[in-house]
Amino acid sequence: MTSAIANPLALIAELTHRCPLHCVYCSNPLELEARAAELSTLDWIRVFREAAALGVLQADFTGGEPLARSDLLDLVRAARTAGLYINLITSGLPLDESRLEALVAAGLDHFQLSFQSAREAVAQEISGTKTHAQKLRVLEWLKRHRVAVTLNFVIHRLNIEQLPEMLALAESSSAGRVEFANVQYYGWAFANRDSLLPTREQLTQSIDFLKKTQERLAGKIKVEYVVPDYYAKYPKPCMGGWGRKLMLITPSGDALPCHAARIIPGLSFENVRNRSVSEIWNSSDAFQKFRGEAWMQEPCKTCDRRTQDFGGCRCQAFLLAADATATDPVCSLGPHRLKVDAILGEINSARARPAPLSAAAPSADLLAKPAWLYRPNPS
Amino acid sequence: MSVDVLSRPRLAPGCRMNEGSQQPRTLLMPERALRLNGPSLEIVERCDGKHTVQEIIAELQELYAKADPAKVEQDILGYLALLEKERALDFEP
Ligand SMILES: C[S@@+](CC[C@H](N)C(=O)[O-])C[C@H]1O[C@@H](n2cnc3c(N)ncnc32)[C@H](O)[C@@H]1O
Ligand code: SF4
Ligand code: SF4
Repeated sequence: MTSAIANPLALIAELTHRCPLHCVYCSNPLELEARAAELSTLDWIRVFREAAALGVLQADFTGGEPLARSDLLDLVRAARTAGLYINLITSGLPLDESRLEALVAAGLDHFQLSFQSAREAVAQEISGTKTHAQKLRVLEWLKRHRVAVTLNFVIHRLNIEQLPEMLALAESSSAGRVEFANVQYYGWAFANRDSLLPTREQLTQSIDFLKKTQERLAGKIKVEYVVPDYYAKYPKPCMGGWGRKLMLITPSGDALPCHAARIIPGLSFENVRNRSVSEIWNSSDAFQKFRGEAWMQEPCKTCDRRTQDFGGCRCQAFLLAADATATDPVCSLGPHRLKVDAILGEINSARARPAPLSAAAPSADLLAKPAWLYRPNPS
Repeated sequence: MSVDVLSRPRLAPGCRMNEGSQQPRTLLMPERALRLNGPSLEIVERCDGKHTVQEIIAELQELYAKADPAKVEQDILGYLALLEKERALDFEP
């Protein structure tokens, strides 16, 4: 089966795990990589060339906060010279207008700016920082310099009822796309899950609202909505299938088939310091492990949907069912759905619901306030 | 949404072709890439903010002289509408 492996389409470059924000839903691993372990500028440049030679078209610069790398300008220039389309996935700081201009001149193709909320107070609670005003400034610069931009809002129980405000922010900006991405439960988000999962009622209303919005804005703003898979009937095709489309490189150079893959016991990862991107893609154990269908159990093994969702997410199977080869527990055809239903049962029982956070009506019941586990900044 | 034949389509910010030396020719955009060949490549290469939709149609009808001109026109309008939906095109007056 090693013979006919298609090329990866995109390289996800986690340039650093350092970040000025502390989002409670951060998908980064609980064990963040330290600055001292990070790849050098030259290592990354070699990785971009190797990736482009393998047929990769796009690079997502992400992290942590990619702007925290002081050599970002050199990395953008090198990746663009290698022939890659460069998407910067960022919280928007540290950045000023002249650095933005320089990045664009160096070949940055697209800017994805994340917001925690349209409301300053919610953004502050979620990110543990006062960074909302800076993001609004960045939006103005992006408009002034006609940079292609997508706004990214991560959606959860505390902000899912504020979609109209977020949309208004998007419509007042120059964004061509806006993503409303419900929290995916990995890393810090998994740790804070029970305070983040929306209720079924909230979800139904949000889907309704966004369907109408998509029609209204067709041709103007592309509105994307990622539903929380705990509420779905079938799992998401995680990463477009294991080892099928994407390769993620961690700040220290480990090559992962998925953001959370490190949590799966028994997997070992190759490092780009020792092996080329193409060798890793084509033959490393980690990429081979869940490629294709040989690893599948029933019901996936014989299910018609296996070529669409690839049995769902391996990390979620491990997190919820303690078995990385199990059918994704969110799948209603699989044996572990009961576990997800139990979690949703808790969330949807009145008892578990904290008072929604709003600037106008501060929660009277302090005990109902979530005890957040904030994502720290690594050393 | 219908395409105005007098407007001049151009690739929207964030959308561009891969470098000329790279094969296959591909339209790169946020989170997506579209392989182009034959007519789709001929169309996108003319989305330069200079050609009107009408001119693109005329040039392709000439290029594909054996095809039914009405069908060529229909295909082009359909393809431009699809790219517009992807937010890959801006239409200049
Ligand atoms: C991990 S962040 C790194 C880039 C940058 N620090 C930022 O937040 O924009 C990558 C993207 O994933 C989003 N994100 C973070 N945690 C998430 C989660 N648990 N589920 C879904 N999206 C998440 C962020 O909003 C951002 O768009
Ligand atoms: S803490 Fe927030 S801003 Fe920082 S990497 Fe995580 S999601 Fe991005
Ligand atoms: S049984 Fe497996 S392949 Fe079928 S829908 Fe569920 S997860 Fe997907």
